[in-house]
Amino acid sequence: MCTVCGCEMATLEDGKSKTGAHGGEHDHHRGHQHDYGHHHDRHSAEHGALQHHQRIAGVHVPGMNPERIVQIEKDILSKNNAYAAENRARFGRDRIFALNFVSSPGSGKTSFLVRAIRDLKDRMSISVIEGDQQTSNDAARIRKTGVPAIQINTGKGCHLDAHTVGHAVDDLAPEPGSVLFIENVGNLVCPSAFDLGEAHKVVVLSVTEGEDKPLKYPDMFAAADLMILNKSDLLPHLDFDVGRCIANALRVNPHLRTLTVSACSGEGMEAFYFWLEAETARIAKASQ
Amino acid sequence: MHEMSLMESVIAIVCETAQLNGASEVKSIRLDVGVLSHINPDSLLFCYEAVRRGTIAEHAALEINRIAGEGWCLDCGKTVRLDRRFGACPDCGRYQVQTTAGDELRIKDMEVI
Ligand SMILES: Nc1nc2c(ncn2[C@@H]2O[C@H](COP(=O)(O)OP(=O)(O)OP(=O)(O)O)[C@@H](O)[C@H]2O)c(=O)[nH]1
Ligand SMILES: [Zn+2]
Ligand SMILES: [Zn+2]
Ligand SMILES: [Zn+2]
Repeated sequence: MCTVCGCEMATLEDGKSKTGAHGGEHDHHRGHQHDYGHHHDRHSAEHGALQHHQRIAGVHVPGMNPERIVQIEKDILSKNNAYAAENRARFGRDRIFALNFVSSPGSGKTSFLVRAIRDLKDRMSISVIEGDQQTSNDAARIRKTGVPAIQINTGKGCHLDAHTVGHAVDDLAPEPGSVLFIENVGNLVCPSAFDLGEAHKVVVLSVTEGEDKPLKYPDMFAAADLMILNKSDLLPHLDFDVGRCIANALRVNPHLRTLTVSACSGEGMEAFYFWLEAETARIAKASQ
Repeated sequence: MHEMSLMESVIAIVCETAQLNGASEVKSIRLDVGVLSHINPDSLLFCYEAVRRGTIAEHAALEINRIAGEGWCLDCGKTVRLDRRFGACPDCGRYQVQTTAGDELRIKDMEVI
């Protein structure tokens, strides 16, 4: 593990770059020889914060034992959050609208993205970051639609982190004014804790998973701004109460917007496209 | 198991801070982990064993302070005990409770030589 980045050995497809062994822009970490006096664009916020710590004096009682207490008072997620802030600043500068799709495994995130991209790619510029523990199956599915996609394999990690996503964005180089879909690892727990710098988390829940998921995994529904209830084509065969599911989700997060769709039949997808276009327009206007 | 990457982050922050303070070894680390946070302290300790190896915190003791859950109930207009994240107010049973304590995830301090 790199002790400067604290990052796991997540790999980008093609072995192009590894977050554990930085190349290119990140060559300040090469060989893991960390000096603290350097200056560079990325990671500078974090290093700035570290240098600040230099001035925090330890409580040292002279003549007594040589041990001392050093105050840290730092959030455990502060490293990730510093990278997320860098990503967010970059997205803001380039007017990139980034959405972080989270769900349990198999809710239909990739199917949903493939259909949305087919329907939207003539109207807007889209690129995709795919997160999975293993395989590049999902990135291959996305590329068939004709838009650029990059796969991040998290290995043992069960979520994407902001640092790895920053590297993927470097490689993907999304066009200014474009939409960036980030498909997180299928897992309703951990991805909720890791800000990637996205504009919104979008939680995808499928009707085969039960109405009580928002109550069982509230963090994810609290962190999201939009819930997509997928596989609505299966409702006639199930005992799933859409109203109750949405009520449960709203109990956890009263500000959550909800849409019911079928990535298979296409039912309800238009509502997502309206939401997406309205949000991108709002961002474009705000950045003027 | 994001306890693993959180623990990696703890060790990274601790080791950097120790080095910046001219320390050669970390003797102990104290964390504040709220009971409402999505973290299992046992998993944290387990991951700690794996992550600290080969660092200047290799022999450091890890102390985890659990911080009780507390919220502000909008309906009752007072601070109430909260056992579950997004849980109900123990007095009125309603869900208008804003968490005010218990979701901490913080490195407090450490002892160094
Ligand atoms: N009936 C029905 N099946 C769907 C729908 N959307 C996806 N599926 C099916 O659900 C399964 C999982 O879909 P994926 O798109 O791979 O799900 P995912 O969320 O990307 O999965 P992970 O990346 O592994 O977490 C596949 O068999 C899809 O065909 C839908 O709207 N209706
Ligand atoms: Zn780096
Ligand atoms: Zn995790
Ligand atoms: Zn109350």
